[in-house]
Amino acid sequence: MTRELKLNGQTISTNAQDGTPLLWVIRDELKMTGTKFGCGVASCGACTVHIDGEPTRSCQTFVEDVEGVEITTIEAMSKDKIGAAVQQAWTELDVVQCGYCQSGQIMSAVGLLAENKKPTADEIDEYMWGNACRCATYQRIRAGVQRAAEILEA
Amino acid sequence: MTLTTSRRRFLQGAAASTVLLVGMRANGVMAAASETTDINPFVRIDATGRVTAIVKHFEMGQGPSTGLTTLIAEELGVTMDQIDYDFAPSNPQVYNNLLFGTFQGTGGSTAMANSFVQYRNAGAAAREMLIAAAASDWGVDESTLDIVAGQITGGGKSAPIADFVASAVSQDVPAEPRLRTPDEWRLIGKEGAVKRKDTAVKIDGSGTFAMDFHFDNQLVVMIAHAPRMGAVVKSFDDTDAKGMTGFEMAKTLPDNSGVAVFADTTWNAMQARDAIVVEWDNTNAEMRSSDTIRDELIAGVEMGEATYQTRGDQIDTANAISGAAKVIDKTFYFPLLAHAPMEPLTCTIEPIADGGVVLHDGAQFPTFGHMTLTQVLGLPMEKVQVKTVLAGGSFGRRANPTADYNLECAMAFALTDRSRPVKLVWSRDDDIRGGYYRPAFAHRVRVGLDEAGQIIGWDHRISGQSIMKGTAMEPMIVHDGVDHSSIEGVADTVYNVPGMSVGLTDHAKATSVLWWRSVGHTHTAFVMESMIDMIASETDTDPLELRLSMLPGKTPAQTRMAGVLNKLAELSNWKAGAPDGQSRGLAVHHSFGSFVAEAVDVSGGGDDAVKIEKVYCAVDCGIAVNPDVIRAQMEGGIGFGIGHVMRDQITLTDGEVDQTNFPDYEPLRISDIGAIEVAIVASADAPTGVGEPGTPPSGPALANAIARAGGPRVTMLPMIDEVEFA
Ligand code: FES
Ligand code: FES
Repeated sequence: MTRELKLNGQTISTNAQDGTPLLWVIRDELKMTGTKFGCGVASCGACTVHIDGEPTRSCQTFVEDVEGVEITTIEAMSKDKIGAAVQQAWTELDVVQCGYCQSGQIMSAVGLLAENKKPTADEIDEYMWGNACRCATYQRIRAGVQRAAEILEA
Repeated sequence: MTLTTSRRRFLQGAAASTVLLVGMRANGVMAAASETTDINPFVRIDATGRVTAIVKHFEMGQGPSTGLTTLIAEELGVTMDQIDYDFAPSNPQVYNNLLFGTFQGTGGSTAMANSFVQYRNAGAAAREMLIAAAASDWGVDESTLDIVAGQITGGGKSAPIADFVASAVSQDVPAEPRLRTPDEWRLIGKEGAVKRKDTAVKIDGSGTFAMDFHFDNQLVVMIAHAPRMGAVVKSFDDTDAKGMTGFEMAKTLPDNSGVAVFADTTWNAMQARDAIVVEWDNTNAEMRSSDTIRDELIAGVEMGEATYQTRGDQIDTANAISGAAKVIDKTFYFPLLAHAPMEPLTCTIEPIADGGVVLHDGAQFPTFGHMTLTQVLGLPMEKVQVKTVLAGGSFGRRANPTADYNLECAMAFALTDRSRPVKLVWSRDDDIRGGYYRPAFAHRVRVGLDEAGQIIGWDHRISGQSIMKGTAMEPMIVHDGVDHSSIEGVADTVYNVPGMSVGLTDHAKATSVLWWRSVGHTHTAFVMESMIDMIASETDTDPLELRLSMLPGKTPAQTRMAGVLNKLAELSNWKAGAPDGQSRGLAVHHSFGSFVAEAVDVSGGGDDAVKIEKVYCAVDCGIAVNPDVIRAQMEGGIGFGIGHVMRDQITLTDGEVDQTNFPDYEPLRISDIGAIEVAIVASADAPTGVGEPGTPPSGPALANAIARAGGPRVTMLPMIDEVEFA
């Protein structure tokens, strides 16, 4: 069956069957590859997207559950006020290494800053816990979130 | 490198589309041309003056796309904004790692070390040719001109390099271009001068990793792998997969190592693979449990005589120790570890019109991938291209003498009619369970101290599985039966260790093993630095002072190792010690040409959970080409090392891997580790490695901190069995 999804402000249609993770609709069907596959079991955060603004693991979110909600991916972040600030902070601090986790890190960081304008280091750790970075860029992520908060405050 | 003169002339009419390429011919001679068919360039300058560095090392986050580009920009005289980078194609004659022979590959933290002169030469040659072209046009002497920020400038004139690209092509290639001297450097070693070149595409989702390849008519293949290493397919049943959406076919791989399951999309391939039932032949499979392997390894260091005596004389050392006032005797164990790069292994083979194929891969060893495809597909070298894209981490896993995942993809492609691209995808489970682990190792060390607390004998036994024997790397690394990578960091320790004897016992093949970020140093540094800390405690000596006393500066290496210790002391305010309520552990190690000292401050210990509050790091890696990339590699190397010693291990039950995915092979998390502060020792020595050397001292520095905090002295890893972490 065909379903309509709202993704990055556009309506798209998918034929994916029930039980198909949103991740694979985004990556394989829509060919938007900024959202990454890391574990498939909601334990690394590489696949993080926003569902109605809330960071969500798309590998464990199924296509039948996301009809009518707003799905946002990394590709839309440069147009988002918080997203752009996070990207600027990431650039200033050269946060990335291999970069494979960073779409997910940024999606989570944006979610955090949307609900907490000035997170402390502990609050960042707590919120970002589920986003693994095998390159261990953690301290720059922490600094990046705080720098983005500053940019947004200015 | 040999540089000779070569002169080529081009038709005037070609000028509009002329590109200046400076690089190497297949015979290793520096050359310039305007067509890529003619030479393989390190630097390409198009008619608009746009410069591209052709980077021969893959980018797994360690920074060569920035570093090698910096070298070209520096010599040529362009800003970092005026230069792009591209990954080099596979060509082992031209893009070889100068430290690996005729072999293109990234490993051993050598990217900068082997490129530092080569890439500067290419940039300098391009600069001199552009200047020669301008000088002859302007009727001025070449020595009056320079290129600054992409402008050829001097003698009262200035023009963009674009104006002279066409005429530069026909200039002599300088045999020995003048390299800029350090006082002229605007980029190399300059804080804040260079930003990473790969950031932009990694923060907006646009960067292409191998996992991101998509061809409209592609087949996705996943492999039903054997649950036990060495098992082979007896038979399989794909009844349940038939009729599943997108399922195309399942076939046994020609080497019987697994069943290739083909489908139209990744998700459908995953589903179909799960539906296939395979019966395995375990005749040659690993059937032991990891406890058995561990017992065997520990027995290997407790027996009287090692297979290979690699340093000193065991009897002399034993005699010395028998007269000691005090003996410290410790056994260490290091479990199997997976690399678990963030991007699971994947590559795509695309058939192209000329009957050849293109391998799209985050290729760490393009030469092995290239050769593997030619062999499996029966194609000549020139019909196989390797296109390197961004790699989502590696930590050694993508470099494999067997080119394992390229081989799988090639075998799968060969099972098709070769008309459609075949994309191989590994899941995280495939990755965690897929072998090629950091081998398990055991060490036993007995150190004898005299009445004054001086070391009089150090007997060191190591037992583990060689990662090099039986591979193409064996001739390079294994000498007289000794795999140097099993003992590096012990037998060649920088310290003065009186009466040292080192023995190695190779463990029989237990499982498929591979290098892992920092290779043998992952275990040897842990043992050396834990032992030295135990000696310091036993003799009531300051651990930093004890180390310095063992580094009297008799060799340049000792001076540099002492140098990083002193730098660390300054950075961490060693004299004042850890903040109240915290304890500090120290470690220092030499690996891949670099020296790194680290101090870890922990809170807790004793009855309280341990928390890593802060890490200090001092590094001497020679000339610090990109200081911020170096800091990032230290930060990452520390996190990688600490995460694994804290809680990671691969275990086997009756030969089957127990772990499956991140929930039971738990990566370091952001909340596990506090801030890391890195200081770089100023140096005029040639650049050495940074990708790996941050890792070895991190584990023992943590172990030493925990012991000093009143926690256990952990010698059997992972720590989680004995230490509770906050
Ligand atoms: S891929 Fe979804 S959390 Fe790892
Ligand atoms: S940057 Fe490599 S996994 Fe995070």
